[in-house]
Amino acid sequence: MAFSNEQLERYSRHIILKEVGVKGQKKLLESKVLIIGAGGLGAPAALYLAAAGVGTIGIADADEVDLSNLQRQVIHTTLDLGKAKVQSARETMEAVNPDVRVRAYQTFVAADNIMELVRDYDFVIDGTDNFPAKFLINDACVLAKKPFSHAGIIRFRGQLMTYVPGQGPCYRCVFKAPPPPDAVPTCRQAGVIGAMGGVIGSLQAMEAIKYIVGKGELLTGALLTYDALTMEFRKIKLPGNGSCAVCGQNPTILKPFDYEQAGCEIKA
Amino acid sequence: MADYTIDETVDITDVVCPVTFVKAKVALEELDEGQILSIRMNDGEPVQNVPRSIKEEGHQILKLLDNEDGTYNLIVRKAAD
Repeated sequence: MAFSNEQLERYSRHIILKEVGVKGQKKLLESKVLIIGAGGLGAPAALYLAAAGVGTIGIADADEVDLSNLQRQVIHTTLDLGKAKVQSARETMEAVNPDVRVRAYQTFVAADNIMELVRDYDFVIDGTDNFPAKFLINDACVLAKKPFSHAGIIRFRGQLMTYVPGQGPCYRCVFKAPPPPDAVPTCRQAGVIGAMGGVIGSLQAMEAIKYIVGKGELLTGALLTYDALTMEFRKIKLPGNGSCAVCGQNPTILKPFDYEQAGCEIKA
Repeated sequence: MADYTIDETVDITDVVCPVTFVKAKVALEELDEGQILSIRMNDGEPVQNVPRSIKEEGHQILKLLDNEDGTYNLIVRKAAD
Protein backbone atom coordinates (compact mmCIF):
# COMPACT_ATOMS: atom_id res chain seq x y z
CA MET A 1 0.00 0.00 0.00
CA ALA A 2 1.27 3.48 -0.89
CA PHE A 3 0.72 6.52 1.29
CA SER A 4 -1.18 9.46 -0.13
CA ASN A 5 0.29 12.93 0.44
CA GLU A 6 -2.51 13.44 2.95
CA GLN A 7 -1.48 10.32 4.87
CA LEU A 8 2.17 11.35 4.77
CA GLU A 9 1.15 14.60 6.39
CA ARG A 10 -1.22 13.01 8.90
CA TYR A 11 1.39 10.51 10.08
CA SER A 12 4.49 12.66 9.47
CA ARG A 13 5.42 12.90 13.17
CA HIS A 14 5.39 9.10 13.33
CA ILE A 15 7.17 8.45 10.04
CA ILE A 16 9.98 10.83 11.00
CA LEU A 17 10.71 8.68 14.06
CA LYS A 18 13.41 6.09 13.34
CA GLU A 19 11.58 3.55 15.52
CA VAL A 20 8.35 3.91 13.54
CA GLY A 21 9.17 5.05 10.01
CA VAL A 22 7.19 3.94 6.99
CA LYS A 23 7.29 0.30 8.01
CA GLY A 24 5.99 0.95 11.51
CA GLN A 25 3.20 3.18 10.25
CA LYS A 26 2.16 0.51 7.75
CA LYS A 27 2.10 -2.04 10.57
CA LEU A 28 -0.16 0.28 12.56
CA LEU A 29 -2.52 0.72 9.61
CA GLU A 30 -2.68 -3.04 9.13
CA SER A 31 -3.17 -3.82 12.83
CA LYS A 32 -6.31 -4.70 14.76
CA VAL A 33 -6.81 -3.73 18.39
CA LEU A 34 -9.79 -4.62 20.58
CA ILE A 35 -10.68 -2.25 23.42
CA ILE A 36 -12.97 -3.74 26.06
CA GLY A 37 -14.76 -0.92 27.87
CA ALA A 38 -15.41 2.53 26.40
CA GLY A 39 -14.97 4.26 29.77
CA GLY A 40 -12.25 6.05 31.70
CA LEU A 41 -9.44 3.88 30.32
CA GLY A 42 -10.93 2.92 26.97
CA ALA A 43 -11.73 6.52 25.98
CA PRO A 44 -8.16 7.88 25.86
CA ALA A 45 -6.80 4.57 24.59
CA ALA A 46 -9.30 4.59 21.72
CA LEU A 47 -8.58 8.22 20.85
CA TYR A 48 -4.80 7.73 20.70
CA LEU A 49 -5.03 4.47 18.78
CA ALA A 50 -7.42 6.02 16.26
CA ALA A 51 -5.19 9.07 15.89
CA ALA A 52 -2.17 6.78 15.47
CA GLY A 53 -3.84 5.08 12.52
CA VAL A 54 -4.51 1.64 13.98
CA GLY A 55 -6.42 0.30 10.99
CA THR A 56 -9.11 -1.67 12.78
CA ILE A 57 -10.33 -0.86 16.26
CA GLY A 58 -12.94 -3.02 17.97
CA ILE A 59 -14.72 -1.49 20.93
CA ALA A 60 -16.99 -3.43 23.29
CA ASP A 61 -19.27 -1.95 25.93
CA ALA A 62 -22.91 -2.56 26.84
CA ASP A 63 -23.57 0.79 28.48
CA GLU A 64 -24.98 4.10 27.35
CA VAL A 65 -23.34 7.45 27.98
CA ASP A 66 -24.55 9.04 31.22
CA LEU A 67 -23.76 12.36 32.80
CA SER A 68 -21.48 10.90 35.49
CA ASN A 69 -19.22 9.47 32.74
CA LEU A 70 -18.25 12.80 31.24
CA GLN A 71 -15.88 13.80 34.08
CA ARG A 72 -13.33 11.34 32.63
CA GLN A 73 -14.57 9.54 29.51
CA VAL A 74 -13.24 12.08 27.06
CA ILE A 75 -14.35 10.29 23.89
CA HIS A 76 -18.01 11.15 24.71
CA THR A 77 -19.56 14.61 24.81
CA THR A 78 -22.64 16.14 26.41
CA LEU A 79 -24.42 15.71 23.06
CA ASP A 80 -23.87 11.94 23.33
CA LEU A 81 -25.88 11.49 26.56
CA GLY A 82 -28.13 8.45 26.25
CA LYS A 83 -26.30 7.14 23.18
CA ALA A 84 -24.66 3.71 23.23
CA LYS A 85 -21.05 4.25 24.34
CA VAL A 86 -19.73 2.17 21.48
CA GLN A 87 -21.67 4.28 18.98
CA SER A 88 -20.46 7.53 20.51
CA ALA A 89 -16.88 6.20 20.62
CA ARG A 90 -17.12 5.07 17.00
CA GLU A 91 -18.30 8.48 15.82
CA THR A 92 -15.47 10.27 17.62
CA MET A 93 -12.79 7.87 16.36
CA GLU A 94 -14.04 8.11 12.77
CA ALA A 95 -14.10 11.89 13.05
CA VAL A 96 -10.51 11.91 14.35
CA ASN A 97 -9.23 9.62 11.61
CA PRO A 98 -11.18 8.35 8.60
CA ASP A 99 -8.43 5.76 7.95
CA VAL A 100 -9.71 3.76 10.94
CA ARG A 101 -12.35 1.07 10.61
CA VAL A 102 -14.30 0.80 13.87
CA ARG A 103 -16.21 -2.32 14.86
CA ALA A 104 -18.65 -1.60 17.67
CA TYR A 105 -19.90 -4.39 19.95
CA GLN A 106 -22.72 -3.24 22.20
CA THR A 107 -22.52 -6.11 24.64
CA PHE A 108 -21.12 -7.19 28.00
CA VAL A 109 -18.14 -9.44 27.48
CA ALA A 110 -18.83 -12.82 29.03
CA ALA A 111 -17.53 -16.37 28.87
CA ASP A 112 -19.90 -17.18 26.02
CA ASN A 113 -18.72 -14.40 23.67
CA ILE A 114 -15.19 -13.40 24.60
CA MET A 115 -13.27 -16.04 22.62
CA GLU A 116 -15.13 -15.04 19.47
CA LEU A 117 -14.49 -11.36 20.22
CA VAL A 118 -10.72 -11.56 20.77
CA ARG A 119 -10.08 -14.08 17.99
CA ASP A 120 -9.56 -11.63 15.16
CA TYR A 121 -7.39 -9.08 17.01
CA ASP A 122 -3.64 -8.57 17.39
CA PHE A 123 -3.78 -6.87 20.79
CA VAL A 124 -6.44 -6.41 23.47
CA ILE A 125 -6.87 -3.51 25.89
CA ASP A 126 -8.66 -4.19 29.16
CA GLY A 127 -10.44 -0.97 30.00
CA THR A 128 -13.02 -2.55 32.31
CA ASP A 129 -13.91 -1.49 35.84
CA ASN A 130 -14.50 -4.76 37.68
CA PHE A 131 -12.58 -7.85 38.74
CA PRO A 132 -14.76 -10.53 37.10
CA ALA A 133 -14.23 -8.87 33.71
CA LYS A 134 -10.48 -8.49 34.30
CA PHE A 135 -10.04 -12.19 35.10
CA LEU A 136 -12.27 -13.15 32.18
CA ILE A 137 -10.19 -11.05 29.76
CA ASN A 138 -6.96 -12.45 31.17
CA ASP A 139 -8.10 -16.05 30.86
CA ALA A 140 -9.45 -15.56 27.34
CA CYS A 141 -6.27 -13.82 26.15
CA VAL A 142 -4.03 -16.51 27.68
CA LEU A 143 -6.17 -19.27 26.12
CA ALA A 144 -6.31 -17.52 22.73
CA LYS A 145 -2.61 -16.56 22.93
CA LYS A 146 -3.37 -12.86 22.56
CA PRO A 147 -1.21 -10.13 24.06
CA PHE A 148 -3.14 -7.66 26.20
CA SER A 149 -2.77 -4.68 28.49
CA HIS A 150 -4.33 -4.91 31.92
CA ALA A 151 -5.07 -1.71 33.82
CA GLY A 152 -7.06 -0.52 36.80
CA ILE A 153 -7.76 2.91 38.25
CA ILE A 154 -9.30 4.03 41.53
CA ARG A 155 -9.22 7.30 43.48
CA PHE A 156 -5.75 8.79 42.81
CA ARG A 157 -4.09 5.52 41.85
CA GLY A 158 -3.61 3.51 38.72
CA GLN A 159 -1.73 0.43 37.61
CA LEU A 160 -1.01 -1.48 34.45
CA MET A 161 0.85 -4.52 33.17
CA THR A 162 1.24 -6.18 29.79
CA TYR A 163 0.86 -9.85 28.99
CA VAL A 164 2.54 -11.33 25.94
CA PRO A 165 2.24 -15.12 25.47
CA GLY A 166 5.44 -16.83 26.57
CA GLN A 167 6.99 -13.62 27.89
CA GLY A 168 6.19 -13.45 31.57
CA PRO A 169 3.33 -13.78 34.01
CA CYS A 170 -0.35 -13.21 33.32
CA TYR A 171 -2.73 -11.21 35.52
CA ARG A 172 -3.91 -14.40 37.24
CA CYS A 173 -0.30 -15.43 38.04
CA VAL A 174 -0.08 -12.32 40.18
CA PHE A 175 -3.59 -11.83 41.56
CA LYS A 176 -4.89 -15.46 41.61
CA ALA A 177 -8.63 -14.69 41.93
CA PRO A 178 -10.99 -11.74 42.38
CA PRO A 179 -11.47 -10.40 45.91
CA PRO A 180 -14.86 -11.21 47.49
CA PRO A 181 -17.65 -8.98 46.09
CA ASP A 182 -17.67 -5.60 47.84
CA ALA A 183 -14.35 -6.20 49.64
CA VAL A 184 -12.87 -3.67 47.23
CA PRO A 185 -14.97 -0.73 46.09
CA THR A 186 -15.34 -0.07 42.37
CA CYS A 187 -14.65 3.41 41.07
CA ARG A 188 -18.41 3.93 41.08
CA GLN A 189 -18.38 3.72 44.88
CA ALA A 190 -14.87 4.98 45.60
CA GLY A 191 -14.46 7.77 43.06
CA VAL A 192 -11.62 8.35 40.66
CA ILE A 193 -9.83 11.47 39.54
CA GLY A 194 -10.75 11.96 35.89
CA ALA A 195 -7.25 12.53 34.55
CA MET A 196 -6.18 9.13 35.95
CA GLY A 197 -7.96 7.45 33.05
CA GLY A 198 -6.03 9.73 30.72
CA VAL A 199 -2.67 8.79 32.26
CA ILE A 200 -3.20 5.05 32.46
CA GLY A 201 -5.33 4.62 29.33
CA SER A 202 -2.71 6.52 27.32
CA LEU A 203 -0.02 4.21 28.69
CA GLN A 204 -2.13 1.26 27.52
CA ALA A 205 -2.30 2.79 24.04
CA MET A 206 1.49 3.25 24.18
CA GLU A 207 1.99 -0.44 25.00
CA ALA A 208 -0.27 -1.46 22.09
CA ILE A 209 1.61 0.81 19.69
CA LYS A 210 5.04 -0.47 20.84
CA TYR A 211 3.85 -4.06 20.51
CA ILE A 212 2.56 -3.45 16.96
CA VAL A 213 5.63 -1.51 15.82
CA GLY A 214 7.90 -4.01 17.57
CA LYS A 215 10.13 -1.45 19.31
CA GLY A 216 11.15 -0.87 22.90
CA GLU A 217 10.40 -2.83 26.03
CA LEU A 218 6.91 -3.71 27.19
CA LEU A 219 5.57 -4.00 30.73
CA THR A 220 5.85 -7.78 30.58
CA GLY A 221 6.87 -9.26 33.91
CA ALA A 222 6.30 -5.91 35.57
CA LEU A 223 3.49 -3.92 37.15
CA LEU A 224 3.70 -0.15 36.83
CA THR A 225 1.85 1.70 39.58
CA TYR A 226 1.12 5.41 39.71
CA ASP A 227 0.11 7.45 42.74
CA ALA A 228 -1.00 10.91 41.64
CA LEU A 229 -0.97 12.40 45.15
CA THR A 230 2.67 11.56 45.84
CA MET A 231 3.48 11.74 42.11
CA GLU A 232 5.33 8.45 42.23
CA PHE A 233 5.59 5.80 39.57
CA ARG A 234 6.84 2.39 40.71
CA LYS A 235 7.79 -0.48 38.44
CA ILE A 236 7.45 -3.73 40.35
CA LYS A 237 9.03 -6.84 38.89
CA LEU A 238 6.64 -9.76 38.74
CA PRO A 239 7.88 -13.33 38.95
CA GLY A 240 6.40 -16.04 36.76
CA ASN A 241 4.08 -18.53 38.44
CA GLY A 242 4.47 -22.08 37.16
CA SER A 243 1.40 -23.17 39.10
CA CYS A 244 -0.88 -20.50 37.63
CA ALA A 245 -4.37 -21.94 37.04
CA VAL A 246 -4.53 -20.66 33.48
CA CYS A 247 -0.98 -20.19 32.12
CA GLY A 248 0.96 -22.59 34.43
CA GLN A 249 2.35 -26.01 33.61
CA ASN A 250 -0.81 -27.89 34.63
CA PRO A 251 -3.61 -25.43 33.97
CA THR A 252 -7.03 -26.15 35.46
CA ILE A 253 -8.77 -23.35 33.54
CA LEU A 254 -9.23 -24.64 30.02
CA LYS A 255 -11.99 -22.32 28.89
CA PRO A 256 -13.20 -18.92 30.04
CA PHE A 257 -15.79 -18.70 32.80
CA ASP A 258 -17.73 -15.91 34.54
CA TYR A 259 -17.36 -14.91 38.17
CA GLU A 260 -20.41 -13.54 39.98
CA GLN A 261 -20.72 -9.80 39.58
CA ALA A 262 -21.35 -7.70 42.67
CA GLY A 263 -25.01 -6.64 42.52
CA CYS A 264 -24.46 -2.92 41.99
CA GLU A 265 -22.09 -3.39 39.06
CA ILE A 266 -24.57 -4.39 36.43
CA LYS A 267 -27.08 -1.82 35.43
CA ALA A 268 -30.27 -3.26 34.02
CA MET B 1 29.82 13.00 -16.33
CA ALA B 2 27.93 11.24 -13.58
CA ASP B 3 29.53 8.30 -11.81
CA TYR B 4 26.15 6.93 -10.75
CA THR B 5 22.88 5.78 -12.28
CA ILE B 6 19.62 7.08 -10.87
CA ASP B 7 17.28 4.23 -9.95
CA GLU B 8 14.31 6.26 -8.79
CA THR B 9 13.16 9.85 -8.60
CA VAL B 10 10.82 11.66 -6.24
CA ASP B 11 9.44 15.19 -6.42
CA ILE B 12 8.91 16.89 -3.06
CA THR B 13 8.23 20.37 -4.46
CA ASP B 14 4.47 19.83 -3.92
CA VAL B 15 4.70 19.51 -0.13
CA VAL B 16 6.04 21.54 2.79
CA CYS B 17 8.06 20.74 5.92
CA PRO B 18 7.99 18.21 7.52
CA VAL B 19 6.26 16.26 4.73
CA THR B 20 9.18 17.10 2.43
CA PHE B 21 11.50 14.88 4.46
CA VAL B 22 8.75 12.31 5.08
CA LYS B 23 8.09 11.93 1.35
CA ALA B 24 11.82 11.56 0.65
CA LYS B 25 12.12 9.03 3.47
CA VAL B 26 9.21 6.99 2.09
CA ALA B 27 10.85 6.93 -1.35
CA LEU B 28 14.17 5.81 0.17
CA GLU B 29 12.52 3.01 2.16
CA GLU B 30 11.22 1.53 -1.08
CA LEU B 31 14.73 1.21 -2.53
CA ASP B 32 17.34 -1.48 -1.90
CA GLU B 33 20.64 -0.78 -0.21
CA GLY B 34 23.07 0.99 -2.56
CA GLN B 35 20.39 2.20 -4.99
CA ILE B 36 20.34 5.86 -6.01
CA LEU B 37 17.45 8.26 -5.49
CA SER B 38 17.15 11.69 -7.06
CA ILE B 39 15.02 14.06 -4.98
CA ARG B 40 13.69 17.24 -6.60
CA MET B 41 13.14 19.98 -4.02
CA ASN B 42 12.55 23.70 -3.80
CA ASP B 43 15.24 26.22 -2.96
CA GLY B 44 15.20 27.67 0.55
CA GLU B 45 13.99 25.68 3.56
CA PRO B 46 13.91 22.25 1.84
CA VAL B 47 17.47 22.55 0.54
CA GLN B 48 18.65 23.64 3.98
CA ASN B 49 16.93 20.89 5.95
CA VAL B 50 16.17 17.81 3.84
CA PRO B 51 19.81 16.90 2.99
CA ARG B 52 20.77 17.18 6.67
CA SER B 53 17.87 14.95 7.81
CA ILE B 54 18.71 12.36 5.16
CA LYS B 55 22.36 12.38 6.22
CA GLU B 56 21.28 11.85 9.86
CA GLU B 57 19.47 8.68 8.75
CA GLY B 58 22.82 7.37 7.52
CA HIS B 59 22.31 7.73 3.77
CA GLN B 60 25.10 9.04 1.54
CA ILE B 61 24.65 12.37 -0.21
CA LEU B 62 26.35 12.20 -3.62
CA LYS B 63 25.47 15.54 -5.20
CA LEU B 64 23.23 18.57 -5.06
CA LEU B 65 22.45 19.77 -8.58
CA ASP B 66 21.07 23.28 -9.18
CA ASN B 67 18.35 23.07 -11.82
CA GLU B 68 18.46 26.87 -12.14
CA ASP B 69 14.66 27.07 -11.98
CA GLY B 70 14.38 27.49 -8.21
CA THR B 71 14.67 23.75 -7.64
CA TYR B 72 17.51 21.35 -6.87
CA ASN B 73 18.06 17.63 -7.39
CA LEU B 74 19.63 15.87 -4.42
CA ILE B 75 21.30 12.59 -5.35
CA VAL B 76 21.33 10.09 -2.48
CA ARG B 77 22.71 6.57 -2.13
CA LYS B 78 20.59 4.45 0.18
CA ALA B 79 22.28 3.00 3.27
CA ALA B 80 21.56 -0.38 4.84
CA ASP B 81 18.49 -0.58 7.15
